[in-house]
Amino acid sequence: MTVLLEAKAVAKHFGGVKALRDVSLTIRQGEIYGLIGPNGAGKTTFFNCMTGLYIPDGGGFDFAGAPLVADAPHKAAERGIARTFQNIRLFANMTALENVMVGRHVRTAAGVLGAIFQNRATRAEEAAIRQRAEDLLHYVRIEDRADDLAKNLSYGDQRRLEIARALATEPRLLCLDEPAAGMNATETEELRDLIDGIRRDGTTILLIEHDVKLVMGLCDRVAVLDYGAMIIEDVPAVVQKDQRVIEAYLGA
Amino acid sequence: MSKWFDPRSTFGMLLIAAVLIALPFVAALGGQAWVRIVNFAILYIFLALGLNIVVGYAGLLDLGYVAFYAVGAYTYALLASPHFGLHWPFWVILPLGAALACVFGVLLGSPTLKLRGDYLAIVTLGFGEIVRIFMNNLNAPINITNGPQGITLIDPVAIGDLRFSGTSQILGISLSGPQKYYFLLLALAILVIVINQRLQNSRIGRAWQAIREDEIAAKAVGINTRNLKLLAFAMGASFGGVAGGVFSAMQGFVSPESFSLIESIMILAMVVLGGMGHIPGVILGAVLLTVLPEVLRYGVGPLQMALFGKMLIDPESLRMLIFGLALVLVMRFKPAGLWPSPERKRELSEKRTGAA
Ligand SMILES: Nc1ncnc2c1ncn2[C@@H]1O[C@H](COP(=O)(O)OP(=O)(O)OP(=O)(O)O)[C@@H](O)[C@H]1O
Ligand SMILES: [Mg+2]
Repeated sequence: MTVLLEAKAVAKHFGGVKALRDVSLTIRQGEIYGLIGPNGAGKTTFFNCMTGLYIPDGGGFDFAGAPLVADAPHKAAERGIARTFQNIRLFANMTALENVMVGRHVRTAAGVLGAIFQNRATRAEEAAIRQRAEDLLHYVRIEDRADDLAKNLSYGDQRRLEIARALATEPRLLCLDEPAAGMNATETEELRDLIDGIRRDGTTILLIEHDVKLVMGLCDRVAVLDYGAMIIEDVPAVVQKDQRVIEAYLGA
Repeated sequence: MSKWFDPRSTFGMLLIAAVLIALPFVAALGGQAWVRIVNFAILYIFLALGLNIVVGYAGLLDLGYVAFYAVGAYTYALLASPHFGLHWPFWVILPLGAALACVFGVLLGSPTLKLRGDYLAIVTLGFGEIVRIFMNNLNAPINITNGPQGITLIDPVAIGDLRFSGTSQILGISLSGPQKYYFLLLALAILVIVINQRLQNSRIGRAWQAIREDEIAAKAVGINTRNLKLLAFAMGASFGGVAGGVFSAMQGFVSPESFSLIESIMILAMVVLGGMGHIPGVILGAVLLTVLPEVLRYGVGPLQMALFGKMLIDPESLRMLIFGLALVLVMRFKPAGLWPSPERKRELSEKRTGAA
């Protein structure tokens, strides 16, 4: 199996807090990779380092065979890494459709002159952007909310919209930060199907999640972080039984 | 939009065109001063829509916008007046002024990229003042701007033999100077409206709005926020530069006084009062804030004389008082502006029903 992402001894600290201590892991092409751990373990920090929001204090990432240069967050998306946020970050006063259309930015090219003169290429591109965004809303099954402002969507729909927006960037790796947080059992079940579908359609997924049942049922492999250090990386069946993991979660 | 009048229909378009063509002649019935007021209203529409790109779309609070207006105005003044003995044609100077203002926009933009909200407002405010103070003091050791006296005898716009100052006959119709400027300004205003409209629904426009809404999320979807913010500053500034050039030509005189902080605040107020990011709202804001003070100027004094038989309050202070009060009331009762975009309006009404 080809490796898509390799984290090499990534370290990050905030003052005295060591949020990540030399975390190394590999994510393979086409898998769903789970990242779990107690609150404050450093999961979100890992995402932020990978997507260029934070600059790691040590180590680095290889993505699709070339190093990720952590100098500008927009470059991660260009390379093919998309993400959602633990506390949803949508463009609140734009419609659902516009939110997804913004996601197409990185794969399209029209500039100011194109916009002003509305030449044929620009109009064609704009139509394609709209079409793709509509398709994606349909894909995450919120097409009937297309013209509503993002902030007026229900919580579950906002999570779906964030996923659609991330998919619009045509990622090779989709990183989801606690997508099931605050969802009820039915919604979680639907989300499960959605994530599984995305993977089947060819996108590799990195999933942070507290819902252990969801993670264990969905992921091919799981890594566990505790106090910024990785304690195990293995298939769910093994991770579930590991003494260190049980201790970490029980706070022993 | 009301049912009986659709501005997008042929009839609507023709009606609007007829009104716009008739306007300078109707205004002239009250004297050329009113044509000038109408001209200023259009000039401010132009300025406000330029600023709307920066503030309304990209969400960057810019309190120094008048600096770009000043750059455009002085560019025109210096290149088309006896001050340096240069008399370049306006169609060379206007683009040049726009380009220079654009450079200034980038100059202001680059150090402030990481700032937002209040902090950005303070820095841009300072920038506006710096430009004005430069204009005020660049008369020694070499006299460039002629200091506080300003520059006089600036050439009017001229197309071939047609000079925009004084009355001339076109197709048998007699047009005064201000009336000719009216049509020039109208053409520019239509241009800026079209540009705003097209930008709004474009890839770039959406990226600006995304930055306004959530900069981190915008970065995460691959938007180069640095370049796009600079682009917004540069575009807004260019519009300011063009407006400044026309202002110079129309007035025949510029001095640093015209480019004070209050001017920036007025333009910003037009954008906010009308409805940030919504083109018709911004136009309404610009018209109201230009015409209202003038109406008050001519109305407040005579009204007092009629009511009380004498001047109780100095008309100038009363004018500003009423004006300020009107602004406060609008912001209290219509926080999204007088004419917000339908989306914003829906959102506010939804909030209200939600609360009930
Ligand atoms: N920007 C920051 N500044 C200071 N400390 C931070 C910052 N971001 C994270 N931390 C700290 O780093 C540690 C790891 O935080 P992180 O958010 O990565 O945890 P997490 O595993 O995502 O937890 P949760 O499950 O609660 O989301 C915590 O102690 C947190 O307080
Ligand atoms: Mg987290």
